[in-house]
This record gives sequence, C-alpha cells and structure tokens, in this order.
Amino acid sequence: MAKTDIIIHDKKDNVGVIVVEKVTKGQDCGCWIMENDASNNIKSEAEIPLGHKIALQDFKEGDTIIKYGHDIGKVVKSIKKGDHVHVHNVKTKKW
Amino acid sequence: MDIPKSFLGYKRENGRAGTRNHVIILPVDDISNACAEAVSNNIKGTIALPHSYGRLQFGADLELHFRTMIGTGKNPNVAAVIVIGIEPKWTKRIVDAIAKTGKPVEGFSIEGVGDIDTIAKVSKKAQEFSMWASEKQREECPISDLWISVKCGESDTTSGLASNPTVGNLMDKLEPLGVHLCFGETSELTGAENVCAKRGKTKEAQDKFMKTWSSYNDFILKEATNDLSESQPTAGNIAGGLTTIEEKAFGNFQKIGSREFIDVLEPAEEPSKGKGLYFMDTSSAAAECVTLQAAGGFNIHLFPTGQGNIIGNPIEPVIKLTANPLTAKTMSEHIDLDVSKILSREMNLDQAGDELIKATLKVANGRLTCAEALGHKEFVMTKLYRSA
Repeated sequence: MAKTDIIIHDKKDNVGVIVVEKVTKGQDCGCWIMENDASNNIKSEAEIPLGHKIALQDFKEGDTIIKYGHDIGKVVKSIKKGDHVHVHNVKTKKW
Repeated sequence: MDIPKSFLGYKRENGRAGTRNHVIILPVDDISNACAEAVSNNIKGTIALPHSYGRLQFGADLELHFRTMIGTGKNPNVAAVIVIGIEPKWTKRIVDAIAKTGKPVEGFSIEGVGDIDTIAKVSKKAQEFSMWASEKQREECPISDLWISVKCGESDTTSGLASNPTVGNLMDKLEPLGVHLCFGETSELTGAENVCAKRGKTKEAQDKFMKTWSSYNDFILKEATNDLSESQPTAGNIAGGLTTIEEKAFGNFQKIGSREFIDVLEPAEEPSKGKGLYFMDTSSAAAECVTLQAAGGFNIHLFPTGQGNIIGNPIEPVIKLTANPLTAKTMSEHIDLDVSKILSREMNLDQAGDELIKATLKVANGRLTCAEALGHKEFVMTKLYRSA
C-alpha cells in the first residue's frame, strides 16, 4: 500500500485532508478516497499542516467547497489545485 | 468481535444500573455551595456539586434548573443524595422528585439555622449515606443497561475523519443490543441540519428536530454581534484545519453512524420512548452539554476530541478518544483511546469501533477515565436567560 498523505471522505469531494505531520511545496502526495477505497496522487503547491485541506481542483470566487459529499462553504478568493484551503480563501454560507 | 452481553454495574432501586456509586451533596443554589463543599470535605466518599445559579430564576429557565437538579440526583450513577438549599420549598421539590427512584435522599435548608449547624447536621446524614453506599457491590447487568451519551470537543478535521466515525461505528454495533444513546449540540449541526433531520425515524421526530434547530439558530442570529466566525468554529477548531461551521457540523454528525433518532428531548429531559438513539437540545459547550445529558439519565459518555478537550463530569464518566497523533502524544494523560492509526491506515473503523467498545466496557466495569483520575468534575448548569 502506497503511503497515504491525504484522505478524501467522498468521491464527490473537491478537497482532501492532510493526515501526515505536513506536506511540503512540490511534494507528490498519495491520496486515498474512503468512500470507494480508490487511490490517486496530487502535487502540493504549498506547505500544508496536519488536518488542513488541499484543493483537488482549481476554484474561482463563488465556487462551492464539497466535503463529506456536501456543501461546506463558498470560495472567497481563487484557489489553485494543490493549494491550502482554509479561512483565508473560504467562508461559511451560514452567517 | 463478539460483543460482551453484560457489564458489572450497581443495580438501583428503580431498575436502572449505574457505572459509578457516588454519594452527592447537591446545592439547590449558588449560596449553598459553601455548606455543600464543607460537608463533602468532612465526609469521605461524598462529592459536592457546586454551581452558579438557582436564585430568582423563573419560567422555562427555572423549570430547566429543577430538571437538571432532579435528573442529576436520579442518575443511576448516584447511590444517595443530600440536597441543601437556602430555603425549604425548592429544596423539598427536588428531594421529593429524586425520592421517587427509591434511593436514599434527604434535604436541608440553611435559613434560620446558619451554615455551621447545618454543616454539622448534614455531615451526620452524609456519613450514614456514604457508609451505606460503600457496601454496594457491582453485579452483572445486561449491556442494555448502558445509556451512552456522546459529544465531541476541540474538534479538528481528524474528528470528522476518524474519531467521530469510531463513535458512529460503536453506535451501529450497540444500538441493536438495546442500549439508549444520545447526541446533542444543536448549534453545531448548523449546515448539516437538513441531512440530520432526515435521520428522524418518524415525521414527528424530523419536524421536532427542525423546529428545535430553527429556534436555536434564530436565537443565535438575534444575539450575534458579528458573523460568529470567531466563536464557530473556535480558534482551536481553525488551528486544527476546520474552516466553516458546515464542515464542523458534517464532522460532528459522523458520531451517530447510520442510526436514526426516535425522539427529540428538551435539555436534561429523560428519554421515555424506550431503547434507541435520542437527540437532546443542548448547547455545544462541552461541560454544559454533558451536564444536561447526565441529568437526562445517561450513565457513560464518549467524547472524541481533535485538538485536546480535557472535560470531565462529576457523576458521568467521560471517555476521551482522539485520532490526532499529535494530541495523542502531547496530551496523552487526557486520552483514554488513541485511534490515530486510522489516519495511517494501520487500523480500520471496524477495528477502532471494537477498541472503543472494549474501552467503554472497562470504564463501565469501574476503570477510572483519564478525566476522573485527573479530578475533572465540571458541573455546569445551562441558563436560558436573565433572572428576575
């Protein structure tokens, strides 16, 4: 089994979670999708710590982040595939 | 794994079973705390449950105060109860309700007597209760005597990935064996409210959930002075990688596995529709939530954490689990079960669920939780609004 750096809950998700202490910029990361036990790879474009999210695609302002197969917020600043996804570029739609 | 069909608990007069055998000194109000604490200091084997309220409350807020006091006394983890209030009327109301369980309970009031003579009188009764309770032995009880409540705290993305689904796996395995289960945290289901409502077993339960969530949400929006992003998610949640309340809510929701809830309970309300999963309307603050669940009659608590919440409860043992390998390492004295191997894929959810069942039964049989060994006994009353 290849080393898993990133876990993705659902195959519909467009973000994954770093499950190692960190990934570094330019690192070729192993991803595992829990829902269907599939694996793939993504190149990280930033240093991202444990528990934080990585973009699995490019996003523009107004796009929706999907995790657990559900809407978890809106993009407020464009994000490149492989970048860190967090409070600096994503906000809640609730309040 | 073959799940054990029984545990060793304390059988109570009303047919329930406890995982603990506490004698509690329960102050009705804030000004009776000193007396209660003096008695528990005098008499070994008793614990005082000091808190901040109980005066000039009215309406639904007063009813919740009584429900929490009475429910705490009725909890099967409590062998016997002493109630101390400033005046006799409210004290008696609590004593009479607890007495219906058949357990020893006695009330005292301070007005017209003073602290010192009250402490002397109460200490004599507390000594009698403590020595009586110390004779109780653990006996074999069916696993369906477990009433398990759950609440997560200082969550991060590892909670939603692994520790919360571990609790969900336990629920999926234990619910068919007839246990009672309870989840809460009304505000922290925001974003997942529609998905959660669909888990109501009946239309009635679904509607009741949406009504409860909407009313909590309206209140929060009315009182909010900013966009709440400072409070939900918390600074700890954000440090752990959680970005929005919706993300936190879907992670939170993993705790119920694939179960459906049969009813929605008021804060501190005892379930009355038999075995199965209940939703209780609670705050998402850890100590407030667990205090309400304990008052609802739950006798063992599962608490997944990401960044490392340290909460305990005086009467309901709180078992902590984490999937965050850094938390498991840096805060090991607070963690009863480390499931971080799920993240490195050295353990799957089925195995983690089995480990949690084993840990739960050990604690049900008497093993101290980390929080108990460290002396955590946060007893925090929920207050709905200002007093009169």
